[in-house]
Amino acid sequence: MILEARDLTFRYHPKGPAVIGRVDLTLKSGERLGLTGPSGRGKTTLCRLLAGYDRPDAGEVLLDGRPLSTYRGYCPVQMVWQHPELVVDPLRTLGATLAEGWAVEERVLAGLHIEPGWLTRYPSELSGGELQRFCVARALGPATRFLLCDELSAMLDLITQAQIWSFLLEEAERRDLGLLIVSHSSPLLERLCTRTQAL
Amino acid sequence: MDRLLNQRQRALLLSAFAALALLAVTVAGFLLSDAAMVTDFSRKNLAPCLAYPFGTDWMGRDMLARTLTGLSLSIRIGVLTAAVSAVVALAVGTAAATLGRRVDAVLSWCIDLVMGIPHILLVILISLAFGKGFVGVVAGVALSHWTSLARLLRGEVLQLRSAPYVLTAEKLGRTRLQVARDHLLPHLLPQFLTGLILLFPHAILHEASVTFLGFGLSSEQPAIGVILSESMSYLTTGKWWLAFFPGLMLVATVALFALLGDRLRRILDPATIHQ
Amino acid sequence: MTPLLSVEHLSISFTQYDRGTRRRILPAIRDLDLTIDRGQVAAVVGSSGSGKSLLAHGILGILPYNAHMEGTITYDGAPLTPKRAAALRGREIVLVPQSVGYLDPLMKVGPQVGRDKTAVRAVLDRYGLGPETEGLYPFQLSGGMARRVLISTAVAASPALVIADEPTPGLDARAAGRILGHFRELADAGTGVLLITHDLELALTIADKVAVFYAGETVEEAPAGDFDRLEDLRHPYTRALWQALPQHGFRPIPGTQPYPGALPEGCPFAPRCPKCTSECGGDVPYRPLDGGFVRCLHPERGNAS
Repeated sequence: MILEARDLTFRYHPKGPAVIGRVDLTLKSGERLGLTGPSGRGKTTLCRLLAGYDRPDAGEVLLDGRPLSTYRGYCPVQMVWQHPELVVDPLRTLGATLAEGWAVEERVLAGLHIEPGWLTRYPSELSGGELQRFCVARALGPATRFLLCDELSAMLDLITQAQIWSFLLEEAERRDLGLLIVSHSSPLLERLCTRTQAL
Repeated sequence: MDRLLNQRQRALLLSAFAALALLAVTVAGFLLSDAAMVTDFSRKNLAPCLAYPFGTDWMGRDMLARTLTGLSLSIRIGVLTAAVSAVVALAVGTAAATLGRRVDAVLSWCIDLVMGIPHILLVILISLAFGKGFVGVVAGVALSHWTSLARLLRGEVLQLRSAPYVLTAEKLGRTRLQVARDHLLPHLLPQFLTGLILLFPHAILHEASVTFLGFGLSSEQPAIGVILSESMSYLTTGKWWLAFFPGLMLVATVALFALLGDRLRRILDPATIHQ
Repeated sequence: MTPLLSVEHLSISFTQYDRGTRRRILPAIRDLDLTIDRGQVAAVVGSSGSGKSLLAHGILGILPYNAHMEGTITYDGAPLTPKRAAALRGREIVLVPQSVGYLDPLMKVGPQVGRDKTAVRAVLDRYGLGPETEGLYPFQLSGGMARRVLISTAVAASPALVIADEPTPGLDARAAGRILGHFRELADAGTGVLLITHDLELALTIADKVAVFYAGETVEEAPAGDFDRLEDLRHPYTRALWQALPQHGFRPIPGTQPYPGALPEGCPFAPRCPKCTSECGGDVPYRPLDGGFVRCLHPERGNAS
């Protein structure tokens, strides 16, 4: 499969400056594309557009040639955010949150070092690193074809970062997923990506 | 920290006590409603004594029975109007937040309009329009008290709809109904319940005021407003108990409801949740 | 010379409600030791959400109402009591907070940095912020500018101790490097800098020494130079961190940090430690070793004394 951004432009206010101006990007299954650029250049905004959270003001996002907005139900393009504590409902247990995506396989839980005892806990009782493991697991449903990782590990300690990435690389390989990896750390991108694009 | 009970346990105990007291008054008033109407001129104008702790009035009616019946009526009206008000608030607030910009503008304008008119004036006008009496009071209080809760719920729903976890749930293929059930409702419920309980004292006070002013319940009913209004002409002759005990009980009832709501708010408010 | 700040056996716990009315005590920091000299950058490195930000709040005496602190904090040779902390904070001891959320959103930048106009101009100038910055509101600042405004606000009073709590997240490598460079300059001018961060790599670019924080305890304090070679590191956890760096193998150890409410007896790292023995379930003291400190019975470096 192929995820394409064509000539994307996005502004927060109709008269404001363009946060994203005429960006093109192509991501194929099995590819791991690193996205770099100084802060404030709209990397997160681009991810949101690619995952369909926002509509571009101009240009289009295509998945296999078809506009992403025409896909209904579970979106084949999933996004993992930098701050996991914002993406989980504080009033639901993590087991319930996890089940929103799909019936997560035991293999994935083990691969991400998610302990069974955490499933009955609430988000406020876990650390950012632990929550991020849940967000990654939730986004890996069988229908997921592309995963956008927006500074997935920027707030995590080194060991958690290495754990999550080594699992994700293996999983991406196995299922031929396409990964878009946003990070400020060049050693990390060197480790992970097949190619990089600057914004 | 060394106290026998922690804040949350004390709050629960206090709330249970308040709820029980209010329930007792309601039931007692219900049972005493006949006794409240009995006139007996052989015992008129008695000051408070053991047999009649709240005294009797100029027609020999037992003021304790009358006060309890009046309070019971007030509480029942309060519960009814607060519930109607809260449901209206929920409907208006959610509609404003979800049905698009135009609906939001119209509903927000309505909220501002209702808020802009002094409460008591609005209650009197609506009550008059509905022909006073029980229906008038309930309509008047219910239709004037929903605004601030509606505005609160509107803001809450707006914020929730753009919360990343709600957006993510939609991307994971959850339907609107599932999102509303799993994410919106649990977050709105505490706000709604606190708002509902804090509406009671307002509703009760306003019911008593319009009745006192003669725009509410009819004078045959032993409502607190009627009791207080009638007692005015006897106050100057030294029959203080006619206004004192009913007034005191009204204040106590309102204070109990306010306390209940405040405790609940403190337990649910993130800023004080761990006290 | 007495150190500028010394923290001994610091513990900070929270009283929280469980579900229902049960209360429990959560130890966020259990045993933290640290010293900072004048002109030194000391970094405390630990995973996010591990409670290390509380150290800053504890020193400044601004912990939330349900927190309880024990241990001794000595500043400039005398105990730092809550009263003294209140008198010193904002003047001698300042905080550079995590986000612009700490600025007043309704006030322009200039007046927030300080009252004396020429002093404000000078300090903003020092951080490359032009006169136009003074007239901006916090929401108009970009990430890097906001960080520099926060630093300006903190150092306008010429403090003796600067505490920086995660000063760089969200910044690209160059901007982060520039911000950290400002802290190095402050230290070189004689200020003590306490840098609290989850990012070991960035901390190493400016720190003189690094304290590694794991599950509520400092497990190792080492001169920054020791992080050049794996062999110089003392604690097994520090070594695991080092080996998890993308440029050093990217090899994770299994398991996760224990939750503050569910800590094992003795060494909290024991369940994940290759060198764990039955003794590790007992008391493990924090002791000096080869120019640093370690809390381990079987340290990787030197001979256990």
